[in-house]
Amino acid sequence: MDLNYTAEEQAFRDEVKTFFDKKLPGRLADKVKSKKRLTKEDQEEWHAILNEAGYLSAHWPEEFGGKAWNAIQRDMFDVEANIAGAPRVVPFGVNMLAPVLMAFGSSEQQKHYLPRILDGTDWWCQGYSEPGAGSDLASLKMTAERQGDHYILNGQKTWTTLGQHADWIFCLVRTSKEGKQQEGISFILVDMNTPGVEVRPIILLEGTHEVNEVWFTDVKVPAENLVGEENKGWTYAKYLLVHERSGIAGVGDALAGIEHLKHIARDQKKDGKPLADDPMFAARLAQLEIDLSAMRTTNMRVMQAASSGAPPGPETSMLKIKGTELRQSINDLTRRALGPYAMPFVSEALEAGYNQEPVGPDYANPVSMDYFNHRKTSIYGGSNEVQRNIISKMMMGL
Amino acid sequence: MDFNHTQERQMLADMTGRFVREQYPIEKRHEIAASQEGFSRELWSQMAELGLIGALFPEEAGGFGGTGFDIAVVFEQLGRGLVVEPFLASLLAGTVLSRGNESQKSLLENVISGETILALAHGEPASRYMLSHVETTATKTGEGWQLNGNKAVVINGDTADQLIVSARVNGEMDDTDGIALFLVPADTDGINRRGTSTVDGYRTAEIALSNVAVGEDAVVGDAGDAYANLQTSYLLGTLAVCAEALGAIEVAIELTLDYMKTRKQFGVPIGKFQALQHRMADMMTEREQIRSAVINAAGNLDLVDREWYISAAKNLVGRSGRLIAEETIQMHGGIAMTWEYAAGHYAKRIVMIDHMFGDVDHHLERIMKLGRVA
Repeated sequence: MDLNYTAEEQAFRDEVKTFFDKKLPGRLADKVKSKKRLTKEDQEEWHAILNEAGYLSAHWPEEFGGKAWNAIQRDMFDVEANIAGAPRVVPFGVNMLAPVLMAFGSSEQQKHYLPRILDGTDWWCQGYSEPGAGSDLASLKMTAERQGDHYILNGQKTWTTLGQHADWIFCLVRTSKEGKQQEGISFILVDMNTPGVEVRPIILLEGTHEVNEVWFTDVKVPAENLVGEENKGWTYAKYLLVHERSGIAGVGDALAGIEHLKHIARDQKKDGKPLADDPMFAARLAQLEIDLSAMRTTNMRVMQAASSGAPPGPETSMLKIKGTELRQSINDLTRRALGPYAMPFVSEALEAGYNQEPVGPDYANPVSMDYFNHRKTSIYGGSNEVQRNIISKMMMGL
Repeated sequence: MDFNHTQERQMLADMTGRFVREQYPIEKRHEIAASQEGFSRELWSQMAELGLIGALFPEEAGGFGGTGFDIAVVFEQLGRGLVVEPFLASLLAGTVLSRGNESQKSLLENVISGETILALAHGEPASRYMLSHVETTATKTGEGWQLNGNKAVVINGDTADQLIVSARVNGEMDDTDGIALFLVPADTDGINRRGTSTVDGYRTAEIALSNVAVGEDAVVGDAGDAYANLQTSYLLGTLAVCAEALGAIEVAIELTLDYMKTRKQFGVPIGKFQALQHRMADMMTEREQIRSAVINAAGNLDLVDREWYISAAKNLVGRSGRLIAEETIQMHGGIAMTWEYAAGHYAKRIVMIDHMFGDVDHHLERIMKLGRVA
């Protein structure tokens, strides 16, 4: 057991820090730190910078042009990215679809799609959930019917994050009604410009447009867009969910959140003294720091155990629960730190061009919105209830 | 002991509830909240006609209620509909004004009839939840007073016809002594108002006062002695939002329960899962705890321990209210994250009430300072 970083690891961290110092545009970092809305162009700009440095695919295996980063490298990059205020990588192509294509796609699919994910030609979104299939994903109903060299798709997907920007969507569809539900599901790639695909916005409770419904009416998709074998999609979906979870603890984001909270707590005054010095508030903050320091190590332990080649196991469910709930607690304490200024909310002030005086302190406006928006994290990606089922079933045999 | 309301008060609750149910569907509420003024003048005068504003004030102030239970039953029903009309602003400012001179008191008639909107402009950018923190100054002039300073997060301060402004006539920034209240028409020279929506759909204003000249007759009560008046107003306001939160919590739980019974996953209604059943049971228990705390606060409003009971209620509303709001969203899943579905809006209101008149920690500290009630 050695908790110190090796010389190589420290050198790696320096390399990453230098990268953010030199390559992260100040304009983007300002937007991220002040929680302004990022545009599609902002995201694309940042992806291009990461790709040029080889960082967008650094966690990919070397045979696909990646650097095969281990758990410690990924953690370091994640933490430094968040401290620097880098935009989050949009995960659907590079972190979710890509591993599935590498493991189960044809070599034609790998050659065609992987480079386009990296160079930004294709923006991907995820077609998993349906109105009737949330936690019970395997009950999904959207159909794909084989007709000659095509599939005809009908049905509806929902909670499609950033679907409004997407060129392509990867979908779980039902290709068979025989046998167990899980055995009739296939994984297929759909060009969003195909006739019959319609994207409808869903506005979230704080007024933002992140997610969408995607409707499919007689959408004709070439049979070669099927990934792997017909009716084996559930296996691929589970594989994807495991990869989705490899950053799920959100350590870097939590660290950045605590730093932001401390900044606010030092600035806010209670009875004429900094709120950070108030014993009750300081106790609540300390509690969060205790939990975060432990979670960071839990995250590293789980990831490192997996980095010998095997994908991470059901332990990632612990990371998902702890990571999301801790982040939500940080959001909660941040809103409380603001006092009455947690209430006013100027939606336009989230746009980059807004130049009016802030209402209250300049950090106040997005805080409550962020608190409410983050409630989604314990629901998406397999709700925390589903994660607890996985832990009790897979880890404890209950 | 008798936990039933009097017949009159039960009628008041029923009438308010019916009005909210019939006239205030959530879609209409969003439309009203998004309108220019952030509330409906038309509904406001209908509510006034029904006596819902008058119920908040005692007879000597021109109303026909004003007890803790009158305020509680009305606000509980308002909470059920997420009503955005300026009840709270009227209660806060009207309570202060009822301690004013005869001509000021006569303005209360217009408040109760719904013609005049008042707002209490007391909080400031740095006051957080400290009631005595007043940096705004009132300087004596030949003809009256001159006001300078900034007021923050003033509920309905953007549309009020008249403002009641607190300002310091002497003493240090946080002294309880030396505070005065002034009744000022909102269009007086030197008043600059910036209205904003709140994250949960209500309206507040930031108000800058720059050399605002007011007459001697603008002073409400005795200049320098306004703290007790403000304190009473805030205690009533705290009780009101606790009851409002209770109403919102009732609906949040009803929506969740209904969803537990109708939403199917894994072939059964999700309410069949014990992991959710126990959490629903906890939410219901907390709701009844909150109801009891509101009863305690309302019943002790005129008694010596009123501050203790009101702080206890506000702490519990903040603590258990957060639990219920968050569980309401979590147990629904994605649907409660949407604007279109009502549950998220109830959750927002319940949580934002924690930011009014002191949050969980503020009231915990108050209780620690006040000591235990026997």
